[in-house]
Amino acid sequence: MLRTLKALVYLLTSIALLVSFETSAFAKKSKTLKKTQKMGFVRCGVSQGLPGFSNADASGNWTGVDVDLCRAVAAATLGDSGKVKFFPLSAKERFTALTSGEIDVLSRNTTWTLSRDADIGLTFVGVNFYDGQGFMVRKSSGITSVNQFKAGVSACTNLGTTTELNMRDFFNSKGIKYEPVTFEKADEVVAAYDAGRCDTYTTDKSGLAAQRIKLSKPDDHIVLPETISKEPLGPVVRQGDAVWEDIVRWSLNVMIEAEEYGITSANADSMKSSDNPAVKRLVGAEGELGAAFGLDNDWSLRIIKQVGNYGESYKRNIADTGILPDRGPNQLWTKGGILYVPPAR
Amino acid sequence: MNLRIKSIIPQLLTLLFVVAVIGFFTINAQLNMEERGIDFGYGFLNQESSFDVQFSLIEYDGSHSYAKAYLVGLLNTILVSVLGIIFCTIIGVIVGIARLSPNYLIRNTAAWYVEFFRNVPLLLQIFFWYYAALRALPLPENTEPLFGVTYLTVKGYYIPRLIWENFDILIYSILASIISIVFIRNYARKLQEEKGQQLPVFLISVGLLLILPAITFITGMVQLDVSLPVLKQLSKTSFIYAEGISVPPELIALVLALSLYTATFVAECVRAGIQGISKGQKEAAASVGLTPNQILKLVIMPQALRIIIPPTTNQYLNLTKNSSLAAAIAYPDLVLVFAGTALMQTGRAIEIVSITMLTYLTLSLSISILMNWYNKKIAIKEK
Repeated sequence: MLRTLKALVYLLTSIALLVSFETSAFAKKSKTLKKTQKMGFVRCGVSQGLPGFSNADASGNWTGVDVDLCRAVAAATLGDSGKVKFFPLSAKERFTALTSGEIDVLSRNTTWTLSRDADIGLTFVGVNFYDGQGFMVRKSSGITSVNQFKAGVSACTNLGTTTELNMRDFFNSKGIKYEPVTFEKADEVVAAYDAGRCDTYTTDKSGLAAQRIKLSKPDDHIVLPETISKEPLGPVVRQGDAVWEDIVRWSLNVMIEAEEYGITSANADSMKSSDNPAVKRLVGAEGELGAAFGLDNDWSLRIIKQVGNYGESYKRNIADTGILPDRGPNQLWTKGGILYVPPAR
Repeated sequence: MNLRIKSIIPQLLTLLFVVAVIGFFTINAQLNMEERGIDFGYGFLNQESSFDVQFSLIEYDGSHSYAKAYLVGLLNTILVSVLGIIFCTIIGVIVGIARLSPNYLIRNTAAWYVEFFRNVPLLLQIFFWYYAALRALPLPENTEPLFGVTYLTVKGYYIPRLIWENFDILIYSILASIISIVFIRNYARKLQEEKGQQLPVFLISVGLLLILPAITFITGMVQLDVSLPVLKQLSKTSFIYAEGISVPPELIALVLALSLYTATFVAECVRAGIQGISKGQKEAAASVGLTPNQILKLVIMPQALRIIIPPTTNQYLNLTKNSSLAAAIAYPDLVLVFAGTALMQTGRAIEIVSITMLTYLTLSLSISILMNWYNKKIAIKEK
């Protein structure tokens, strides 16, 4: 009798232990990851068309550095960088779409600020482009510096952006009375500026460079040299799913670190036999990095093979398209830029 | 007893259902917001807004609160609605009467206007006026003056600014003339009822309205200075008009589109109202010797208005609600300023959207109450 009771207690304890192990292993898998794998695609919020960052061509193929980040997440979690569903969002819609669960990653040239990070249920996971706000004017106006703006200047920009706030800070500090004209869509801003409604068009400098191409005569316009703000642009996720947050953060970090170690989409496979353990970890030949997210060990290799490293993405989308051939601060820290990511180990 | 319970049960069930649905959504929202670390509250309204608005009826800049920004948006919405209602009524009445004109050309032009403007989507019309029509306007430096002192340019319509001295005295003089007009009208009615004599009330009223304020000018109590728009150079090729008032092109485009669109519906209401009065009324009025003007004023319109007012109220409400399309062309109305920029900067979607919805509801209900009061006033009073 006593023996059977003892046996029963053993059995129950071992079952309980098993179950608790099961659940702890389960907890590693994030809710968003599970849902994504069940749906078979990553839901990614992008812009409504910003060349170099997220832009769809005539047949609906999205390209850009922001798009590549989503593709990297898809490669890591689903094994195929093509399994992304893109949601073009206006600046006004983007955060609501994310917090309401319509999308799972927001990769839409979005500036990381304290209030956005802390106040509205969002978490910024990193920076994939260091930008700053600038001004574009007509060449014929003779303006070559922001110091030449005079009271009464009208400035076109996007609604619901940090641009609106920076613009006020800037003009106030100069004591210039200005007329802000804010539109919901970037295309509307460009159309209004092009028609002469505004004297200047202000937004992030990368955006100015990209939108300039859309103007009827791009060569008639210049971007002024001054930068009036810091605009670290990066991907955003919903608060409350720490594992998903880590997956997106490290998908970005892997791309940047891969460039640092010279791993490209072309040579990724051959790097498996590298002598450098850091390189081997990145291509999944050493360590168990994926397990921490509930992913397999090839997740980072897939990102590099299917999407490429950050440098490849930048070259393909921003440099070769003539938007910003000079990488400026978006260069690796080893080459004079400020791209510096924590080590993947 | 049984019957009473039977009739109460469905009502109770409906009530329970409504409460359950509201409860479900509230709890759901609360849980989700808690999970994502979003707090709820209206305290943000007192915070500094730190964004500027292009066009405001009251003094406002980014150092004021979000509550003030809300007021700016609300006033801009009211402005565009009031202007739209005034213009759509004027155009609507003219077109409605024109549709009944015996003249072939006038009748058909009016019909074409109605059919065209009411069948093209409003948003498209707004875009048309803003991007196509107003964009075709010249830049400030190439503009020929309109009416001598105003300038219609792609950057806005520049009009002279009026600078009043002792403006309150002018207001008092206008008030005084309105009060005396009321007295004269009462006297005229008494005269008509007792002796059958008629006074030219309309002429006297207009005269009073002109003469009394004019006296305040002549005696020098009230003075008016006009500050004309002056061309100002901002850079080598960029100009504006300073000193005057600038009406933004967004406001012009919006008022144009809203009033031209809604006027088609008002015109149909007016036509229906006039056609709803039987021919016999007109003939009877003519047979007792009333002039055509008197027939329209004393017989046809009082009866037609009863038919016209209720559906026209609907159109006024539609216009007010449609004004929220302003956000598409950068006119800083309630939706753009408050449910747009303010929502984006604070991230308080539930609070701001609820305030905006309540505001539109209040606006609509106010128009509704006003029009219902007017409708009751002109309705047939059974004696």
